[in-house]
Amino acid sequence: MSATAISTPTPSKPWVPTTKQRIPGITVAIIAIALAYVIVEVTPLKGKLGYFITFVPLITILQFLLARIRSNKKIAQDVLVSSFMWTAAFFVFLPTFSIIITTVVKGLPGLKPEIFSQTMAATSYTDPIGTGGLLHSLVGTVFVILLSIFISVPLGLLTALYLTEIKGPGSGFIQFIVQAMSGVPSVIAGLFIFSAVILTTPLEASSLLGSFALSILMVPTVTRASQEVLALIPNDLREAGLALGATQWKTVALVVVPAAKSGLLTAMILGVARIAGETAPLLFVLGGTDALNLNPFHNFNSALPLYIWKGFLIGLPESVQRAWTAILVLLILVLTLFTIARVFGPKKGKI
Amino acid sequence: MFILPSSWCHQDPAPFINDDAVSDATLPTKREITTRPRPSDVAFRGIVTSFGFINLAILTLIGAFLLVRGFQVFRVEGFSFLTDQKWEVTEESGVTSGNIGIGAMLSGTLLAAFIALVVALPISVLTALMLNFYAPVWIRTFFITIIDLMAAFPSILFGLWGFFVLMPSAEYWAKLLNRYFDWFPPFQVDQPFFTRSPFIAGLVLAIMIIPIITSVSREVFSQAPLDRIQAAYSLGANKWSMIKAVVLPFGANGVVGGAMLGLGRAFGETVAVYTVLNLVYKVNWQVLFGAGGNVASHIVTRWGEAGEYEVKALLAAGFVLFILTLAVNFIADSVVKRTVRKGR
Repeated sequence: MSATAISTPTPSKPWVPTTKQRIPGITVAIIAIALAYVIVEVTPLKGKLGYFITFVPLITILQFLLARIRSNKKIAQDVLVSSFMWTAAFFVFLPTFSIIITTVVKGLPGLKPEIFSQTMAATSYTDPIGTGGLLHSLVGTVFVILLSIFISVPLGLLTALYLTEIKGPGSGFIQFIVQAMSGVPSVIAGLFIFSAVILTTPLEASSLLGSFALSILMVPTVTRASQEVLALIPNDLREAGLALGATQWKTVALVVVPAAKSGLLTAMILGVARIAGETAPLLFVLGGTDALNLNPFHNFNSALPLYIWKGFLIGLPESVQRAWTAILVLLILVLTLFTIARVFGPKKGKI
Repeated sequence: MFILPSSWCHQDPAPFINDDAVSDATLPTKREITTRPRPSDVAFRGIVTSFGFINLAILTLIGAFLLVRGFQVFRVEGFSFLTDQKWEVTEESGVTSGNIGIGAMLSGTLLAAFIALVVALPISVLTALMLNFYAPVWIRTFFITIIDLMAAFPSILFGLWGFFVLMPSAEYWAKLLNRYFDWFPPFQVDQPFFTRSPFIAGLVLAIMIIPIITSVSREVFSQAPLDRIQAAYSLGANKWSMIKAVVLPFGANGVVGGAMLGLGRAFGETVAVYTVLNLVYKVNWQVLFGAGGNVASHIVTRWGEAGEYEVKALLAAGFVLFILTLAVNFIADSVVKRTVRKGR
């Protein structure tokens, strides 16, 4: 390269505050920390909570005053509201963080390889950790999830197709019905299957009935997620199919659904994540057992949430430890599904 | 690129014409041009439509079965089933009689859900505003992930976390509130018993409904008309002035709808409430006092030892809960829809 006189301007970011402009803000933060420290030391306020309820109002007020002195009332209001917003966001972040940390910390001590190969058939919940395991619950959970997929995915997908492809006269109404179904309390789903199947027919509690109840909760999730994906498919594809002489059925089956394949898979995974941890409906229709049951259509079965529930209700250190470990397993399952759905899910503006 | 299967076309592509085999049979017949749907389409539309309406059938059946099974209880107890605070079932020589009502449970459900809403609504709306208008992109992505994650957590996880982690702290907060805000009637208690109070149940529920309120609010705020936003900025408004003038008036309905969706969730939550709420068959409006009610938890609690009549009563309670959530969802849905339709 030859050296020329033309100098390229270095990119600058005039909107980024300079060090000099930052000084008042940093000073205010330091003053707030110092004041919070002094107040906690002097007054009876103690601990993390004490620091929190002194520091947050202090920094909010000080920033407000700073903005008020340096500029006008409107800007000061903006500063005030934005600090409220950040505080609110902190309250969203804190519980999530705490929940994940707690689960990992409390669940990890019980996470031994044996729990995946043993059941509770010969073990009491209060026996020391290391004996017994959650194999039966894991198998039961897999059963209900698979059966729920078999029921909910066709139902949810076809409902979504009705809402996006056919748009019949009833679609607004069905949309509302799906919305209402997603608001059905989980306990009601269990009660319904209990009263409609167990009280009415000779069928007994089993994984199949568990999956019936869970499907009621899963269908709306699958429907809404599929609907979002199908709405992202460009209309050009549908019109191209029709223009080539395909029937609507062929267009949907060979163009629209294949184009939305990964998104529909995501919809299914989101549905599974929704139901994997459901406890209340299973209390009524799964029966619950401590032994391995490999027949999903007959006899009582277990599931991870029921195992956790039982461990929690017994309330002794060992059983609670088992519950936390099972929660950790369940959380890992849900997070894995969630991550898969995120990674392979549809991105807006890109099919 | 799609490889088009040959079966797509109604007429087969013209075959290679072989001199030996030219006959009328190999020539394609002229396709009839019509607007009449083909049989495959009729079948397709029929099947898909019927599946769409299966959802309606399920929802109707839920209501119908719970009502039919619980009807005897409604008839015997009458309207007092909704207001009575007692839950006593006596069985004498085969004749079951009960003096039962879900008044305390119903009021407890409403109270805990209301507390949850009071806590969650400001947090959710402020967070939604921050994510849409204040946060840099990486923080927005991060928080959207967090909120989706919260929505995916199993409710039993919230229950255990609420019991083991939140409750010890929340009990302490309740004591502080009671000590320093005693002049506010709901914060008074008759006895200093703060464990498993509606306040704590409300906090757990608040955390559980934050995701849905936040995401609905965010959705609604993001539909605020861009031209009005830009007009506000070009007139010299800063972010908050713009939000006050444009976004909040536009999104108010949607926020109300989102809040009601959250309320519906809070009404129906079972296991998370069960772990952190003391069920007492007496209406209690002292939010810090460790006695409350919850229809869903009540159903789970009584289910184990319930006799035939009591099971019917529980199904009737389920019906009431179902109707309650359905009504709330209905209102929420229509409110949100009205806002979204109003959008650009």
